[in-house]
Amino acid sequence: MNLLVALPILLPLVTALVMLPFRERPGVQRGLGLGASLAQAAVAVALLSRVYAGGILTLQAGGWAAPFGITLVADLLSAVMVAATALIGLTTSIYSLGSIDREQERFFFHPLMQLLLVGINGAFLTGDLFNLYVWFEVMLISSFVLLALGGSPRQLEGSVKYVTINLLSSAIFLSAVGILYGVAGTLNMADLSARLPMIEQRDLLSVVAVLLLVTFGVKAAIFPLFFWLPASYHTPPVAVSAIFAGLLTKVGVYAIMRVFTTVFTGPESEAIFRILLWIAPLTMVVGVLGAAAQYDLRKLLSFHIVSQIGYMLFAIAIQSPLAIAGGLFYIVHNIVAKTSLFYISGIVRHKSGAFQLKKIGGLYSTEPLLAALFLVSALALAGIPPLSGFWAKLMVIRAGLESGHYFVTAAALAVSLLTLFSMTKIWNEAFWKDDPGVVSSTDEAHGNGRTALLYLPVVMLCGVIVFFGLSFEPVYELSARAAGQLLDVESYRNAVLGGGL
Amino acid sequence: MTLLLALITGLFYAAGIYLLLRRSLVKVIFGIMFLGHAANMLIFSTGRLTKGAPAFVPEGAQALVEPFADPLPQALILTAIVIGFGLQAFAIVLFRRSFEELGTDDVDAMRTTDRIDGGES
Repeated sequence: MNLLVALPILLPLVTALVMLPFRERPGVQRGLGLGASLAQAAVAVALLSRVYAGGILTLQAGGWAAPFGITLVADLLSAVMVAATALIGLTTSIYSLGSIDREQERFFFHPLMQLLLVGINGAFLTGDLFNLYVWFEVMLISSFVLLALGGSPRQLEGSVKYVTINLLSSAIFLSAVGILYGVAGTLNMADLSARLPMIEQRDLLSVVAVLLLVTFGVKAAIFPLFFWLPASYHTPPVAVSAIFAGLLTKVGVYAIMRVFTTVFTGPESEAIFRILLWIAPLTMVVGVLGAAAQYDLRKLLSFHIVSQIGYMLFAIAIQSPLAIAGGLFYIVHNIVAKTSLFYISGIVRHKSGAFQLKKIGGLYSTEPLLAALFLVSALALAGIPPLSGFWAKLMVIRAGLESGHYFVTAAALAVSLLTLFSMTKIWNEAFWKDDPGVVSSTDEAHGNGRTALLYLPVVMLCGVIVFFGLSFEPVYELSARAAGQLLDVESYRNAVLGGGL
Repeated sequence: MTLLLALITGLFYAAGIYLLLRRSLVKVIFGIMFLGHAANMLIFSTGRLTKGAPAFVPEGAQALVEPFADPLPQALILTAIVIGFGLQAFAIVLFRRSFEELGTDDVDAMRTTDRIDGGES
């Protein structure tokens, strides 16, 4: 029994349950949330180092051997994703202390945040497609409530769109799982990867592969399934939209990565990769062009989420070890940089009173620290050396050139430039130009005045960005090993099916 | 029997998608429900349909005797029904609340979060 594999799921679950009775005592909930996030970070580091040293860890719940029981699997890819989730969970729980108001806390903000982490970690660790569906639903139901928390008309409107598209995608996922079970007779990922090559009904498998791509594509906000994202992510409290921006779409990307390298290995996944090679540049270009038109800070950043997803899809579609390593590092870098930018948008709102870039200005002279932090995150997102985004883009683009996908690589480079343009626009409007004086100084509605609590998480994340950039060697080592392990399906299968008996 | 179930499942998918594309939120929620049921029926039929043959191993035997229906999809549906029920209940409350706040149930009228100026601040 490797209980360590289940801890990233159990810890937030227990925390959320313990929190529930303390509705009227936010102090207790805050303390529990912070403590649990710290413990979660420790667990994630322990898990990552155990997997790094000792290979894939599995847990067969209740001692039922795979493929019959509920299987949790932590390989390096999962462990890295869990670690990134723990980092974002920790920073968000700090950030929320300074930004979530009393009313939102009374409506169970803290327990919901923990339940969201349960769903995300579960999705990363599960070794079974049906359980992946269940964890998606756990994640979704918490995200629905968090998105609508506060109930302003805009939030409700955003939630209607988000909920509808996600329920549709759940129904598609469920149908795909049903057909797959009918064809293969199992839903355990390792077992599926062993059985699928021998299945005669290839056409049904193609249907399942495309249905799964659509499902995960909706979650990951790929072209043309992304419209819900910029319509909803700018409406909830900043702490909520930051954790959504950082983590939720990446769960979709992770699922694409996992299912089409581990579960589907034959002609079906090659066909999916051919489709992804078209979708990737379209996602990059449409996202970045959408952002160019925006002047609402969070909406602009939302379109950039879409654009960045394109790079990850490109990396997945290439499938060389370098590309997968680059894609994995890209995901982690993007989680950190994007969350940091959303936190910054909250501080900008707090200091200047608006998200609308045209209404604000002059933050460079009044908030030099904020300006510096923004520069670090924004330049990392655009891929300027020596920050993390540079290495991430370098790996993906190099893999693209090596595999001869010159057109998509060119698109990736052009989109980098446009990203830089967007970031410069934010810099010029919010930081550089003089305050137009439209908004009456600070806005009391956002934040409760504990500004240090807003800055601390951004400083932490920017530290991570700079660390990734300056000491790239160990990070590269880790991503390369994770990629090698992901592509070695045989050892994954042995770890799950062989070890359990 | 299988043919009948296939027809009903197909009808549910068609009805679900048709209702989902309507402009009224009430029809959207019915569409979501139909789609959920369609997926459940699909899974149900993948486990094979047998009449009057419960999936019990007879005394003395080591495995199930043909014909039998795979009981696992039925367990999967139970989970899916429970999850679907929770999500649909939440969606109904959310849609009602947004009808009250926004004063409309017309999906085409819900465009403020899509516009460039995006409503307030």
